Amino acid sequence: MKAYSNEVEPEIFRVLTPDGEIIETIDGKIDKSLMLKMYEGMLLLRTFDRKSINLQRQGRIGTYAPFEGQEASQVGSALALSAGDWMFPTYRDHGAAIIHGQELYRVFLYWMAHFDGSICPEGKRILPPSVPIATQMVHAVGTAWASKIRGEKNVSIAYFGDGATSEGDFHEALNFAGVYKTPTIFFCQNNGYAISVPFEKQSASKTISQRAAAYDIHGVRVDGNDIFAVWLTVKQAVERALKGEGPTLIEAITFRYGAHTTADNPNIYRDQDEVSTFWRENRDPITRLRKYLIKEGHWNEEQEELALKQFNELIDAHLQKAEGYPKSDPLEMFNHVYAEESWHLKEQKQELNQILRKGGKK
Amino acid sequence: MGKNLTMLQAITEAMDQMLGHDDRVMIMGEDIGVNGGVFRSTEGLYEKYGKDRVVDTPLAESGIIGSAIGLALNGMLPIVEIQFLAFIYPGFEQLVSHAARMRYRTRGQFGVPLLIRTPYGAGIRGPELHSESVETFFAHTPGLKVVAPSNPYDAKGLLISALEDPDPVIFLEPTKLYRAFKEEVPDEMYRIPIGQAKVVQEGSDLTIYAWGAMLREALNAAKKIEAEKGWKCEVVDLRTLYPLDRDTIVQSIKKTGRALIVHEAHKTAGLGAEIISIINDEALIYLKAPIKRVTGFDVPVPPFTIEDHYLPTVDRVKQGIVETLSF
Ligand SMILES: Cc1ncc(C[n+]2csc(CCOP(=O)(O)OP(=O)(O)O)c2C)c(N)n1
Repeated sequence: MKAYSNEVEPEIFRVLTPDGEIIETIDGKIDKSLMLKMYEGMLLLRTFDRKSINLQRQGRIGTYAPFEGQEASQVGSALALSAGDWMFPTYRDHGAAIIHGQELYRVFLYWMAHFDGSICPEGKRILPPSVPIATQMVHAVGTAWASKIRGEKNVSIAYFGDGATSEGDFHEALNFAGVYKTPTIFFCQNNGYAISVPFEKQSASKTISQRAAAYDIHGVRVDGNDIFAVWLTVKQAVERALKGEGPTLIEAITFRYGAHTTADNPNIYRDQDEVSTFWRENRDPITRLRKYLIKEGHWNEEQEELALKQFNELIDAHLQKAEGYPKSDPLEMFNHVYAEESWHLKEQKQELNQILRKGGKK
Repeated sequence: MGKNLTMLQAITEAMDQMLGHDDRVMIMGEDIGVNGGVFRSTEGLYEKYGKDRVVDTPLAESGIIGSAIGLALNGMLPIVEIQFLAFIYPGFEQLVSHAARMRYRTRGQFGVPLLIRTPYGAGIRGPELHSESVETFFAHTPGLKVVAPSNPYDAKGLLISALEDPDPVIFLEPTKLYRAFKEEVPDEMYRIPIGQAKVVQEGSDLTIYAWGAMLREALNAAKKIEAEKGWKCEVVDLRTLYPLDRDTIVQSIKKTGRALIVHEAHKTAGLGAEIISIINDEALIYLKAPIKRVTGFDVPVPPFTIEDHYLPTVDRVKQGIVETLSF
């Protein structure tokens, strides 16, 4: 458990302590309305995440990857982006996607295994969650590279976990980004585990951020449960990128309270209660911001209740929309394989169509 | 107007014209810039278009293909050169898990108009893993298109089509044919549609289906058989390996009733099996003999000292013709 004690935290950037005290100047960069946006974003996501786990247990959605505990990382980073920025999430980063503009019912559709769950809103550039580990990181190098070539003022952000930093693509992405100085932000949520393997077994390097040095890019280690620190760090990375100063590797130290996915049993590989309780009691991203907001008179119990009620209603409305969404037609599997359908797909589609008709289902 | 070009020169000309024609086009790969490519297929382009359009990348196939996917997503038209087909494996995941599936996963929102060129095939006395013919890996991947030209004229026309295609295309260049012969190639930017095979020689007794470097063996064998026995073989160049041009395949077998498939790829699950299946489905009653395959063996491409025994030869093809016609 040494990875979670207070002393093993070399050069971490933190603004808001777990007690809700501000220890670094924020210079008026984060105003009240942004603070409330941050808080409400995290509250919405936590409600959504808990709801999703219940829905999975009820068999209403499929296997689900929870992120509770990582809200500050996802909300803080996404709020630092602009609408036209490219986002490459993993299966655990639908929280960031929602904050960047993905609609809740689409996220439900994704976990319901509906084709349309990966469609992003018009004008947005949110790619489908990457299931293979680390592979999306090189895409974020490519889109950023193109933005640079085309003179577009956009950054690309790739989300990934600590496990991803062992994959070759992590290194290839950082190396390419360094060579071409692409406006890419590599945002690692170091939640301590890659399924069952703790970070100390994953890697001999003490931190992930230190690896930036190897590629001569900017590296930052930040308290991933401190939304002010996350937002400021990503904001700074965006500014650097847009000024042509190249990529940034951000390591956000955080923790997922729950299982890797709803199909996983964390009790096998970690003392689940003990570790989660430690993080909940000492580091929770929502509690610490709430403490600060209440102290400053920006938030109170009634607002909390009202917000929770609204979020539950909103989520239910989206769930209803997702559950009422037309089921995927089996024939849809043949669509969008190519821009234009070729003969073999036309025929195989027809073949399935006939089978479906015979079965009286069509 | 045109000029006599090798396949390599035709490919360079196609890329040169595309770079000049559309500033979204860029070429990227290992040693393709200053060096002009190990086979010199990008020769002169770096000097002409500069380092930002003809890009010497780090030695990292996943990085190359993966970042090219991103470039393609965001409005560029990347041409990726993979130095040899067997070195695509570190980037294979990017191809099959991402390039091939992006349109599908995003329900048509994002496409990956990516062109991957790579020399392939044996017969060049190359070291280990420089001679593979694993087109099946790609032809087994929905979302990819696979093209393999057999002559300079087709190479140029197909390459331009492949680059303009909205989907990812793997362009397999038969290394053995790079400099094997010259052919008149028009100066203008012409296009040969992807997905269309070509009857390169008409005949009535048997159809030989082939592509890439094997087309030459097929034509030579057909010529010899005609001289020796008077049998007239039809020869079909598939040109696109995925999706296959079923109509041309079937039309020919309906005419001749006999078929021989020649490919240098391993026999098991090679494309020959797929062609036989198509014929079974569409033209079984036209068949006068079982369809034979003359292929590379189901072994890793052996060292070049015995490479010739791995590859289908004119004699093996002739033998196949004789067996099929005397069934
Ligand atoms: C290339 C690849 N290998 C293995 C897996 C199986 N797998 C899924 S999630 C995971 C752990 C990933 O850990 P990390 O990158 O730390 O992200 P986290 O899930 O902790 O957010 C593994 C091994 C995969 N999805 N892709």
